[in-house]
Amino acid sequence: MNSGLVIVLTGVLVATACALLGSFLVLRRMAMMADAISHAILPGLVAGYFVAQGPNLLVGFLGAATAAVVTVSLVELLQNTRRVGNESAIGIIFPAMFALGTFVVSKYFANVHLDTDAVLYGSIEFSSLDLLYVGNASLGPQSLWVMGGLCVLNLLFVGLFYKELKLATFDAGLAATLGFSPILIHYALMTVVSVTTVGAFTAVGAILVVALMIVPAATAYLFTHRLPVMIVLAVAIGALSALSGYAVALALDASVAGSMATMCGVFFGLALLFSPLHGLVARLRRLRRQRVQFASEALIVHLLNHERTANQATESAVSHLNVELRWTPQFAQQVMGWATRHGLIERTNGHLVLTERGRNSAQQLART
Amino acid sequence: MNLLNDLLFDYTLRNVALGSALLGIVSGVLGCFAVLRRQGLLGDALAHAALPGIAIAYLLTGSKAPLVLLLGAAIAGWLGTLLLLRIVRDTPLSEDAALGIVLSTFFGFGIVLLTFISKRNDAHQAGLDKFLFGQAATLVQDHVITMAVLGGAALLIVAVFYKEFKLLTFDIDFAASLGFPTQWLSIALTSLIVIAVVIGLQTVGVVLMAAMLVGPAVAARQWTNRLAVMIGLAALFGALAGLSGALISVSDSHLPTGPMIILSLTVIVLVSLFFGSARGLAWDWLRRARQRRTLRSAS
Repeated sequence: MNSGLVIVLTGVLVATACALLGSFLVLRRMAMMADAISHAILPGLVAGYFVAQGPNLLVGFLGAATAAVVTVSLVELLQNTRRVGNESAIGIIFPAMFALGTFVVSKYFANVHLDTDAVLYGSIEFSSLDLLYVGNASLGPQSLWVMGGLCVLNLLFVGLFYKELKLATFDAGLAATLGFSPILIHYALMTVVSVTTVGAFTAVGAILVVALMIVPAATAYLFTHRLPVMIVLAVAIGALSALSGYAVALALDASVAGSMATMCGVFFGLALLFSPLHGLVARLRRLRRQRVQFASEALIVHLLNHERTANQATESAVSHLNVELRWTPQFAQQVMGWATRHGLIERTNGHLVLTERGRNSAQQLART
Repeated sequence: MNLLNDLLFDYTLRNVALGSALLGIVSGVLGCFAVLRRQGLLGDALAHAALPGIAIAYLLTGSKAPLVLLLGAAIAGWLGTLLLLRIVRDTPLSEDAALGIVLSTFFGFGIVLLTFISKRNDAHQAGLDKFLFGQAATLVQDHVITMAVLGGAALLIVAVFYKEFKLLTFDIDFAASLGFPTQWLSIALTSLIVIAVVIGLQTVGVVLMAAMLVGPAVAARQWTNRLAVMIGLAALFGALAGLSGALISVSDSHLPTGPMIILSLTVIVLVSLFFGSARGLAWDWLRRARQRRTLRSAS
């Protein structure tokens, strides 16, 4: 198989496996726990290396998954002493685990090639070289098998336990009263997250796993408030980041994993600006509309107050608005346009007159 | 005696030990505010966010002078913070997700730039990636002086605005009602944390920086309920961890400094958690055991 194709496929599979879980991590406010896990598996990998006397996929997996569960339990233990806040507990445990891992590597495996760069940003570039063998038969690139398997696992996990995950995420108390243990679900999710992290770790490294887990899900969250849509959207954005990231990496001759994370960030930035729900542009437009709407409400109440009074003629003159309400002519035009469009006022030779509808809503406003 | 002699007169050892201790003091003091404001992981995010700044500073100036790179790191870290605050304020995403987003995407971009630089085929760039894991052993006098100036300035600002920062930390609403510009003060405090992080990058590296801020403060918190005492103790613990980590790593050439500092710090945190005079777990257990005995003998 062509090596570029293997890299792209691996990237898409990693992104898919990560994004499937990401939505739950984002909604459960466990993004930094994923970060902690991705660092803390280092001593587990080292222990696996030590036990198997060399690199071994299965033992490495077991060691890293154990380290991840240990990390989650330690953070919870520390938090439950009520001496340390949750974020501080994370900030103490994962650097300690990571330091322990680096310590053991440099002390006992100084002559072994356990590349520290690969720990941080992976080696997806070489994914086509690492083949999976059964006996002597080569089955193709190992990364495809591992990440494909993890995709299936995560799909099964989310598919089979969707109801439980959803319930425990949005209302842990209700889940507990209905007999679903939120703690069990929590640890199950953490285990799946850590297994996925270990698999993705070799491809994209410790920190970029976090990018692929958290950022697509967070981006999706800016577009929808429905969980199924969010999950599907997150997977799509993750895959898109992987594809475009590979293109960027080729163009710049730079790290593939880093480019994928950067593209995740680019998509998030675009969503932050242009999402119709929470985007900056949408919010500014909403603000402006509200300002005009509010001003036209002020206008019709003003007109109502002076209706059938001695000075109605002066007060309802268009030219009077910048004096009375201190509007710039431009803003006054906007407001009058809005009110006319909504059938609240009519303009007759330089004067504003309330329509029947405008009078009714002005009276309603004046009453409240 | 031999050690003391080395510490005073061995050039490398003196720089490493001084640099690590300095880092411990500065991050200890600033970490207290971060931990009490429940922003313990801010340092972690900032450290990662600083990486592209280092790369861009090098790309723009071609210089590897510590001040230039650290300035780049500080600007990137600062931008990361502003983005973080914006995400938290303007979207439904939690602070936790915002931290993860800033941390991982900035870092990914930094990696892109670093690999881009390293492929440009100039030998001069070697060593930029030392910021990832930190390399205290390469600290020279220049670095230590830069660290001392930056850290000293940060500590001075904390001393000047101590009252304001204290109020901000414990009762932000009260501070606002008294007319203090709480938003500016928050930004100032965060910017000071950026300085601490930037100082730490060269010594302990991106990954372990989180613990340098959180560890000393959490340890100090277990010994006292007073902020001034906590700050003093955190500085002491930070310095102690820095110094002992540096000494241990020098005693054995196989041991990297950053991880040894963090492991020393972890030991200090554990001891404090169990035996801290204000909130130590061991005293709690003793008291409960004693109460149980009294109850049993009374019944």
